[in-house]
Amino acid sequence: MNERTPILDVVCHLILLAGAALVCLPIYFVFVTGSLSQAEIMRVPMSWLPGGQFFANMQTVLSNANFGRLLLNSFIIASGITVGKLAISVIAAFAVTYFRFPFRMTAFWLIFMSLMLPIEVRIVPTYESAANVALPLNILGSWLGIQALVDLDWNLVNTYSGLILPLIASATATFLFRQFFLTIPDELCEAARIDGATPWQFFRLILLPLSRSNIVALAIILFLMGWNQYLWPLLLTTEAAMANAVIGLKKLMPQSDSLPTWHLLMNAAFLTMLPPTLVILILQRWFVKGLVDSGK
Amino acid sequence: MPARNSAATLSVAASGGGLRLRWPLRRSFIRRTGDAQAESGLKRAHFREWRLPFWLLAPQLFILLLFFFIPSIRALIQAFQLTDPFGATTQWVGFQNFARLFRSSVYWSSVQVTLIFTLAQNVLTLSVALVLAFASNHILRGRGAYRTVLLLPYAIAPAIAGIMLAFLFNPRVGPVAHMLQGLGFDWDPNRNSSHALALIVMAASWKHICYNYIFLIAALLSVPHSILESAYLDGAGPIQRFLRISLPMIAPTLFFLIVINFVYGLFETFAIVDATTRGGPAGATSILVYKVYQDGFVTLDLGSSAAQSVVLMALALFLTFAQFRFIERRVNYSV
Repeated sequence: MNERTPILDVVCHLILLAGAALVCLPIYFVFVTGSLSQAEIMRVPMSWLPGGQFFANMQTVLSNANFGRLLLNSFIIASGITVGKLAISVIAAFAVTYFRFPFRMTAFWLIFMSLMLPIEVRIVPTYESAANVALPLNILGSWLGIQALVDLDWNLVNTYSGLILPLIASATATFLFRQFFLTIPDELCEAARIDGATPWQFFRLILLPLSRSNIVALAIILFLMGWNQYLWPLLLTTEAAMANAVIGLKKLMPQSDSLPTWHLLMNAAFLTMLPPTLVILILQRWFVKGLVDSGK
Repeated sequence: MPARNSAATLSVAASGGGLRLRWPLRRSFIRRTGDAQAESGLKRAHFREWRLPFWLLAPQLFILLLFFFIPSIRALIQAFQLTDPFGATTQWVGFQNFARLFRSSVYWSSVQVTLIFTLAQNVLTLSVALVLAFASNHILRGRGAYRTVLLLPYAIAPAIAGIMLAFLFNPRVGPVAHMLQGLGFDWDPNRNSSHALALIVMAASWKHICYNYIFLIAALLSVPHSILESAYLDGAGPIQRFLRISLPMIAPTLFFLIVINFVYGLFETFAIVDATTRGGPAGATSILVYKVYQDGFVTLDLGSSAAQSVVLMALALFLTFAQFRFIERRVNYSV
């Protein structure tokens, strides 16, 4: 097609520029506000240019609001979710696609069911489960009359495992890997078997290297998801030092009766969104592929 | 997150064919069709062993048991129980929690708010994403650069998107609010309920347009070039080709995105509401997920919260099935 549409071309560029502005301007204002002083943000109209207070505000945020710790928590939680979910998913997908064993389909459907109910719709009982992981044993103990089981108590509130494990309990990654494994030529497995490879060797030496690009793409998505968690950390952290950065922002939100410290909030918000934004900018090629493949 | 995985259903049909019936004789007496179904999703070249797969599946199934199955079943049980706020006594009340819930006018107003919110968010997100996708599909230069920028909101937490817009639209300090006030518009999301609703709709869409955009771009790229070319030869302009050919061809993707947007609006916008309006003013932005949290953790009305959870579960199940249906269709259209 050799079509000339000069007017439409200009209009399209204008539309895309407007879209880019809608994305960038809010982020830019976060940065600008984060670099102003208390007096400057109260001025009307507010400055469109950054002020000189960015690092001073950052110091305040890091020391007073303990944001260094919160950012570290975010990093630990996001990495834990990424590594944990990838690890349990890839082996589970290997098991359901490459092995014939009794109750294979039962296992498959049990995992499949977890796709259907997001954590948001079952927050109270999920919280109770995390507040005492031994709960099912307690109930079993009271049925059987074994006091030792009733007294068991394993509380995950304010712990990293409590923040990570329940978020690993979903099968999205398992399905992506299963899907990918089903597209791998059967000849590879046959050849490996003829060469005398054990299942584990086949997995480690053939399947994992083949899955590398899927693993990277999924890792990016899971990391972003883990970094941006809100509801679960909100419920499971009562100690301020165990919260993640996004929850820390909520605590910095100016209330109507106090001094509106928007510059500190915006500074902290900028610090919080910087790592995931960099991840997406640097690893974009991988990420787009993963997003469309996995439907997430 | 609910079923975000496109893939699941596709393979069930795809891989049922080439299986080997190498089971012990006694198994082969079982109906062949049943057996064929039971072995779907298994590689033709596979291992026959049960110990290793057991250990490979154990971690996932164990975590699912603890943090998915037990909580889900307990949510179902709690919906039929009444527990006092201190957790001291529990009694079985049948459908009373549901009856109380469906009589409550607060609940219905929350349903109404959720409906308006999800619909507005869906329409805004999808239409903006469509316009952007059309524009970037049309131009030749600079596609990659625009895409990079437009994708940025994917990295940003919903809560931050909410906080950001809450600041820009804050009547005291926000630059956009000042502009609106300068135009003589009496903007105040802290008092006016429709302003508050508009605020969370904008924040939710701002965060989610990029997701729609990426899927639309991928779908538009896969529209067969030959069809577009023959339309061009017949004299159809770019806009006409988009509306008459590309849009119908990518309809399955559109349906898929509509379902995904509903899922997002229903379940993933909790952070936006909690970080900005906290359900206010006067319940004007108290969407269903926020109300489950409020009743479960703030006012401690556990029975009602559990009943609401069950209603949301039903909704989530429905949307999951809808989503898989559209995925199947997306594949059948080979778009």
